[in-house]
Amino acid sequence: MATQTAVLERTAVRKTAQTGDTVARLVALTFASVVLLIVAVLVFELWVGSAAARHKLGWSFLFSSDWDPVTEKFGAAPFMYGTVVTSVLALLISVPLGVGAAVFLSELAPASISNALTFLIELLAAIPSVIYGMLALFTLVPLMRNYGEPFLKKSFGFLPLFRGPAFGVGFLTAGMILAVMSFPFIISVSREALLAVPRDQREASLALGATRWETTSQVVVPYARLGILGSIFLGLARALGETMAVTMVIGNDPSIHASLFAPGYTIAAVIANEFTEATGSVYPAALVELGLVLFCITIVINALARILILATTSKGSKRP
Amino acid sequence: MKRQLLALAGVCALGVSVAAAQHITAAGATFPAPVYQKWFDEYHKMHSGVEVNYQSIGSGAGIQQLTSGTVDFGASDMPMTDAQISKVKVHTLHFPTVLGAVVPTYNIAGVTAELKFSGEALAGIYLGDIKKWNDPALMKDNPGVKLPAEDIVVVHRSDGSGTSFIWTDYLSKVSPTWKSKVGANTSVSWPAGLGGKGNEGVAGTVKQTPNSIGYVELIYAIQNNMAYGSVKNEAGAYVKASLATVSAAAAGAAKEMPEDFRVSITNAPGKTAYPISSFTWMLIPSEIPDAGKAQAIKAFLQWMVTDGQKMTSALAYAPLPKEVVAKETKQIAMIK
Repeated sequence: MATQTAVLERTAVRKTAQTGDTVARLVALTFASVVLLIVAVLVFELWVGSAAARHKLGWSFLFSSDWDPVTEKFGAAPFMYGTVVTSVLALLISVPLGVGAAVFLSELAPASISNALTFLIELLAAIPSVIYGMLALFTLVPLMRNYGEPFLKKSFGFLPLFRGPAFGVGFLTAGMILAVMSFPFIISVSREALLAVPRDQREASLALGATRWETTSQVVVPYARLGILGSIFLGLARALGETMAVTMVIGNDPSIHASLFAPGYTIAAVIANEFTEATGSVYPAALVELGLVLFCITIVINALARILILATTSKGSKRP
Repeated sequence: MKRQLLALAGVCALGVSVAAAQHITAAGATFPAPVYQKWFDEYHKMHSGVEVNYQSIGSGAGIQQLTSGTVDFGASDMPMTDAQISKVKVHTLHFPTVLGAVVPTYNIAGVTAELKFSGEALAGIYLGDIKKWNDPALMKDNPGVKLPAEDIVVVHRSDGSGTSFIWTDYLSKVSPTWKSKVGANTSVSWPAGLGGKGNEGVAGTVKQTPNSIGYVELIYAIQNNMAYGSVKNEAGAYVKASLATVSAAAAGAAKEMPEDFRVSITNAPGKTAYPISSFTWMLIPSEIPDAGKAQAIKAFLQWMVTDGQKMTSALAYAPLPKEVVAKETKQIAMIK
């Protein structure tokens, strides 16, 4: 009798636990599908909204570098170029600095300093981008025009990258401000990844006679590489989509130049600049299609990131 | 006496209660938004029943919202084209509200004198044909000023704006090359130069870049105490932009004003007319199905072209000339 009630009770408990599981699963599923739904609606809206431009311009939209609202000739090439160049420049600057800073904060700095600095870095991430833009326009641009660009021209002028008049605004300055903006993300996420490396790993390496530097560079950083890569793509995402700060310092000229001193334009910037005053049917549609292009660029880059992560993971697991 | 007062109070109460339901939404141009907000605010203080919610989302977006019928009226810095008007279900009337102007501003190392520009010179600079400050065309406009042999850095607006429309509309009128190569619009394919976002972006870039030239709204230049040049008008005089010279341009154009007010007054005739001036318009449907709303909008327009005009100067907008006000009053009667 007693055992019977116990069994009954146990099944009741199991049943409530099971219903709890089901509810939790349904709730989680709903949340996950909302994300999918938002992406689907986004793509649908971009596709429908750009119909007029897609029909009129076709594939030439992607390769043309004309952007003339008066004659309704639109091409995405200069904007795609500007978006990619500024983002790559931003990563070139912010990755070594960001990862280096994260290594210092997690491996070398005393805990109190590390915590204080991390707090400040996370504050940087919360500053609105228009503030970065103002800072860049009034501080970075004059510095670049008067010192930075003349110096680069004098030292590396033999490269086509560093030729032409120094306006102060252009690809290089935009890349630099983007680097500053993606910096906090890279540091803070990389630091978390490095801190998550188990103590055993470090101690084992040190016990085998490795120096501190060897331990950091050959054990800790490779162990945390997934997190570090994740931080880099977070930074890249910010750089690709950034609007205000970029438009204030890039010069807003839709043309493709080899020189990094030249003014350029990015996709996000042109949409923000021209959408409010775009009239007619093709012009606004062309801007929406630019949004679609940016979406595709983001997907391609994220896919590349996945492949890179998969490739490095399998390589790592084969290591003896 | 008492009865009269009572009756008066009754009429007032009636007026208020009739108007009480009027929530009017409008959207459009950003350039006149400060004076519109002031007007709607002041008008609401006097007629507590009428509330206008104006969203300054840009001329293009204003026209779009008017076309799709999501707002009661729109506002734009450039007149609607025939194609745009035909897309709106109800015929749209244009009401000029205030005047704006665009001025050339520059920063040349070592030059403190106020520069003069002819339309051809400005077009040449913005086409990239005039490359140096000591170009003969600029020397001719500015005798006695020592202009340096430096490259001109051209700055234009990067965002679509009515300011760019007025500027390019003027350049199209004075330069056939500009008209055929570039044209007039809120954004164009600029042959030369850097783009700055907003008036502040252009002003900031010009201020910082030696030997540069840009263009900003007159109001922005006045409010920020910026130096700006004078421009040669159709009569051949170099005129500096001010509220008086901008109103003069409107008065000059008023004689040939078309019935629907869709007119560009850049390069207007008149000795004192500043040539880079423009109206900005409210776009009102000619038929408003809600009678109360129609009445409220008509009353507001009547107030705007009369008492409302007295508030514009304080905000640095040029008021409408008398000739235009008289014509607009006639058009108000056309709203049903």
